[in-house]
Amino acid sequence: MTAKQSPLQKASIIDVQTLDDLISTLAHAGYQVIGPRKQDDAIVYDTLRSAGDLPVGYADEQDGGKYRLVKARDGIYFDYVVGPQSWKRFLFPPHQKICQMRKQGKAFRIVEETAEPPCYAFFGVRACEIAAMKVQDKVFDNGTFADPGYLGKRNAAFIVAVNCGRAGGTCFCASMNTGPRAQGGFDLALTEIVEKKRHVFLIEAGSVRGSEILAKIPRRAATGEDTAAALAATDRAVKGMGRKMVEDVGPLLKRNLEHARWGEVAKRCLTCANCTMVCPTCFCSTVEDVTDLSGSNAERWRRWDSCFTMDFSYIHGGAVRRETSSRYRQWMTHKLSSWFEQFGTSGCVGCGRCITWCPVGIDITEEARAIWESEGRR
Amino acid sequence: MAAPSKPKLAVWKFSSCDGCQLQLLSCEDELLAVAGAVDIAYFLEATRAEIRGPYDVSLVEGSVTTPEEAERIRKVRRQSKLLITIGACATAGGIQALKNFKDVDGFIRSVYAHPEYVETLATSTAIRDHVDVDFELRGCPINKAQLLEVLNALLNDRKPNVPPHSQCIECKLAGTVCVMVAHGTPCLGPVTQAGCGNLCPSFRRGCYGCFGPKQTTNTESLAKRFATLDMDERSIKHFFRSFNANAAAFRRESETHE
Repeated sequence: MTAKQSPLQKASIIDVQTLDDLISTLAHAGYQVIGPRKQDDAIVYDTLRSAGDLPVGYADEQDGGKYRLVKARDGIYFDYVVGPQSWKRFLFPPHQKICQMRKQGKAFRIVEETAEPPCYAFFGVRACEIAAMKVQDKVFDNGTFADPGYLGKRNAAFIVAVNCGRAGGTCFCASMNTGPRAQGGFDLALTEIVEKKRHVFLIEAGSVRGSEILAKIPRRAATGEDTAAALAATDRAVKGMGRKMVEDVGPLLKRNLEHARWGEVAKRCLTCANCTMVCPTCFCSTVEDVTDLSGSNAERWRRWDSCFTMDFSYIHGGAVRRETSSRYRQWMTHKLSSWFEQFGTSGCVGCGRCITWCPVGIDITEEARAIWESEGRR
Repeated sequence: MAAPSKPKLAVWKFSSCDGCQLQLLSCEDELLAVAGAVDIAYFLEATRAEIRGPYDVSLVEGSVTTPEEAERIRKVRRQSKLLITIGACATAGGIQALKNFKDVDGFIRSVYAHPEYVETLATSTAIRDHVDVDFELRGCPINKAQLLEVLNALLNDRKPNVPPHSQCIECKLAGTVCVMVAHGTPCLGPVTQAGCGNLCPSFRRGCYGCFGPKQTTNTESLAKRFATLDMDERSIKHFFRSFNANAAAFRRESETHE
């Protein structure tokens, strides 16, 4: 058996109807199951009560600044790829209360809160999204600082991955080495096999608790033919990849901190911050204090922030990055270059969300390529 | 020891529809708490009782459209320690600033039987164009939660949480699907300040820019995008020229589509 096939040795096959058993088994095990749902003509992540909640038969057409959900092949569960939201919404929520304080004389007292972290099962996590979680793991548990709120939810979360059988128009995971097949980081992984005479899922367990859940649902051992079909599905996704990141982009950008392209992209950039909001690895936040009118009770909240706002770099004397070009450069060079120095990994996983959800369709792969080609490369 | 005196609050009206000061009365659940925390010294929409100035805080609604208003806002400023403007009229001139783009004398002559009775300025302008303003609360109308936040911050000597970032951030925080990217609906969100609670996009409509231009805007790039969404020049002009027509960034963009 080749090395490529080895991860699939213990794979099983389940019928499409068994997806419902999988969801209910997870719910019975105490997980709040979150997965893809169709809402406002897009795929978002929300509570799944049954497999009937899944957006069956839909695919997405994605391009710079454009997303359309369309009816596709009947009965197919995972023809769409990633939508506007990512799992960061659950692990690193947009608003999170850090602490509550009560006034006591001239001092104040922190109100202890002992809520258990929610126990999520993420259903339908794509390979790029697992890679994004691993990136955020390094941010929120980096050896010096650990974020207990993030870690509580992250460690409890059960991951059901879905290997992509189709790539989206803005996907470039293959060139970032993050997909389309999940290499670990999951409890269970599904690959949808769609052939003329059969429609099944190949399922692999990636952890002990994954095996335990798998043991509770009807399945049969996968044959060599099954695993070949599953690998063929993800190979098709590789071939259909909509975008590609140029090679060695980190050193490339580092060499080109002064480049005419930064001014050129600034003419198009709206500094609206959508790219950072939809990015599954962007982790910046700000802190806001709120009080009641009497000032007896106060709360401190953390909220998503973005390097595209002026307030983000505001220090005594004003904002540091006033020009759009400097803000775009900050974001792109951090994501693709200085992230390596800070966290030992790329900050980009190739999910393509920043391309699709940019209102004017600025394409990070195209920006990188423009700088690459300016060095006389092809 | 005497109890610390409560701050005196005044609410002033200039050219406006009253919708913004009504938001203070709309506070309902919180209104009694506000009334308990401040002395409402002048607020004709709520009470006929008047307490003389000076005032600790003046909330100013409306724009300056008459010579009398241009004079009166100076008196209000002189009597106010803090002057906070509320709403698109006070912060940008409001919908009535549409007259800034036209010949006002022509309107008066064609509408009124006795134009000589009408004394009006050629423009509708923001309060900031006439006196110093300490804080601006955007919106048409303002968001009552933001109004409470500003009063609350003031009473507790802290910074108000009224971020000047884009409407897009508000949509993304709320999990609202982008109407422009997912549906092709033109939306001013990327150039508009947040604060409404992403009202229109959450009902599948594009942002109308009620909260005015955000901190840094690139209206030109967004207008080019609108053109690809089948908006003609006239529609693009009208899109930028509504409640915040006279806000600098929106005014400049609408003028390039004349």
